[in-house]
Amino acid sequence: MLKINQLHKSYPIGDTSLHVLKGINISVNEGEMVAIMGSSGSGKSTLLNIIGMLDEADAGEYILDGLPINNLTEKKAAVYRNKFLGFIFQSFNLINYKNALENVALPLYYQGMKRKERQELALFHLEKVGLKDWAKHLPKELSGGQKQRVAIARALAANPKLLLADEPTGALDTKTSHDIMAFIQQLNDEGKTILMVTHEEDIANMCKRIVRLRDGVIMEDKKINQVRAEQYV
Amino acid sequence: MIKFLFDIDTWQELYDSISKNKLRTIVTIFGVGFGIFLLIVLLGSARGMENSFNKLFGSFATNSVFVWGQNTSKPFKGFQEGRRVQLSLTDAKKVEENIEGVEFVVPRNQNRADVVRNFLSGSFTVNGDYPLLDRVQKKKLVHGRFINQNDIDHNKKVIVISEDVYKQLFEKDKNPIGEFVQINTINFMIIGMFENGNVKVGPTSDMHIPFTTFQQIYNEGDKIGWMMITGKPEYDIKQIEEDAKLLLKNLNKIHPKDKRAFGSFNLGNEYAKITGFLTGMQFLTWFVGIATLIAGVFSIGNILLITVKERTKEIGVRRALGATPLEIKSQIIIEAVSLSLIASIIGVIFGGFTLIIINHFWGQGDDATLINPSVSIGVVLTALLILIILGTLIGLIPAFKATSIKPIEALREE
Repeated sequence: MLKINQLHKSYPIGDTSLHVLKGINISVNEGEMVAIMGSSGSGKSTLLNIIGMLDEADAGEYILDGLPINNLTEKKAAVYRNKFLGFIFQSFNLINYKNALENVALPLYYQGMKRKERQELALFHLEKVGLKDWAKHLPKELSGGQKQRVAIARALAANPKLLLADEPTGALDTKTSHDIMAFIQQLNDEGKTILMVTHEEDIANMCKRIVRLRDGVIMEDKKINQVRAEQYV
Repeated sequence: MIKFLFDIDTWQELYDSISKNKLRTIVTIFGVGFGIFLLIVLLGSARGMENSFNKLFGSFATNSVFVWGQNTSKPFKGFQEGRRVQLSLTDAKKVEENIEGVEFVVPRNQNRADVVRNFLSGSFTVNGDYPLLDRVQKKKLVHGRFINQNDIDHNKKVIVISEDVYKQLFEKDKNPIGEFVQINTINFMIIGMFENGNVKVGPTSDMHIPFTTFQQIYNEGDKIGWMMITGKPEYDIKQIEEDAKLLLKNLNKIHPKDKRAFGSFNLGNEYAKITGFLTGMQFLTWFVGIATLIAGVFSIGNILLITVKERTKEIGVRRALGATPLEIKSQIIIEAVSLSLIASIIGVIFGGFTLIIINHFWGQGDDATLINPSVSIGVVLTALLILIILGTLIGLIPAFKATSIKPIEALREE
């Protein structure tokens, strides 16, 4: 599904440069649920961004679903992002002047889907996250948990191969976090491959595999027994 | 791109973006709207002024020159300088026959006369005229008719008077046609009355009698006071004036370089001066209007640039969701163009209403200074076209700014 070989990335800081990723090797199979952990500055977000084609690696190999991802034009990257990837952000990143339904339909709009189909599909995904009745509400009228659900529905809308989550529970309280995690686990049960960055141990334990990063190298990569989030709900 | 323009979603996105950012939209629209409003009002007023000038000159054949005799300033062929130059009917005929480009020549005579009617009297100028005068200087007849060929042929004692004369010699509401007035103890029957209007260009007159009658009662013989020479439209009246003067000098034995022997008033020249002034004013109007438009469009660019900065994160999100740089750019440019267009349509509407108001207050009546102030559709369309082009060009700046930021940096923005 996803294969990364000797990935390097550094950022220029003044005259010197900061070597953030120092040769990452990782491969993820379909249906996995991987947590990338590490303290701040360990390079976990950078890795996620490169996987999400939002950032480019300096050196190394990245193959997604058999497609080598390098030297992409902005246009091609946009098409791949739309086709292969769904993003879930810590701060939800909903467009504040569009209602829930329109937000969910946005990736479909960029796919070139017809308006009517798009709205039906978006409504279907909103129903899936349990927010069908909130379709016409603006983000500011929703709670944090509801916003994240809308964001998840949006990430799912284009039926991506890989879900990328950057601290999906970072802005939520414990109860809502578990709520969201239960939902993400359910998606994984249905076969979605999920990659998430977190620094919370209990959230990481709800995944099936933990990759620990420190100073740009992988310290540990182990499969774990998944803790189900439902028991806390 | 065409598909993009005809896609209802494009416009939905546009509507969302401009209706959800109301303050920005209003401020932007004000900038361009005011520019086009100014352009319309200025152009309309300039047109109104042009119309007023045209109305002033309207009663005259503008391609005309008036020539009269003065005193010579050079001795020639045995004549002393300072000789009085007297034009004659023969001169007028020769000019009409020999000068290239002359349409017609109207000889005229003028005198001052005491006019008496019953117990009322006044002192007015009386002109001896041919019917042709009506073609050079259109008389605005309120009653009756102007002198005709029959009056000339039979030396008829008929007279056409101005409204001023009527006011002085008649009681109010009395119809002057068919009444008699006395000049030099001779009775003249009034056949017409005209009004001079409030604003006068060129010589004004009080009364007109047939040229032949004038000759008879003042015993003028062949002499004429001055002649009005009208050129054909395609000829330069300046050249006709020079040719005519040279011929007249030759006919009257005057030194060819004598500059003071003839006086003249070239209506064509005066008209050209005013036309030149109007052209200059129109140029100025366009200049000011377009400069204001450019300033307005720049303000749209500026505001869009600020909004792009404000919406950096939104743009990042859209790109993460699969928007291509072209889609982002198109959206911003179409926003710029649409804002410009909406603004200019509002500006055109307000400008139009302002012109209606100007017309109401300053465009009516005899002494109107801005008659029918208006702007042609072509001008409006040209202005809109310029706006669309400028809007697109200006929209390019924020559009490229928006896509020059990498999506990752855009997302990081808080």
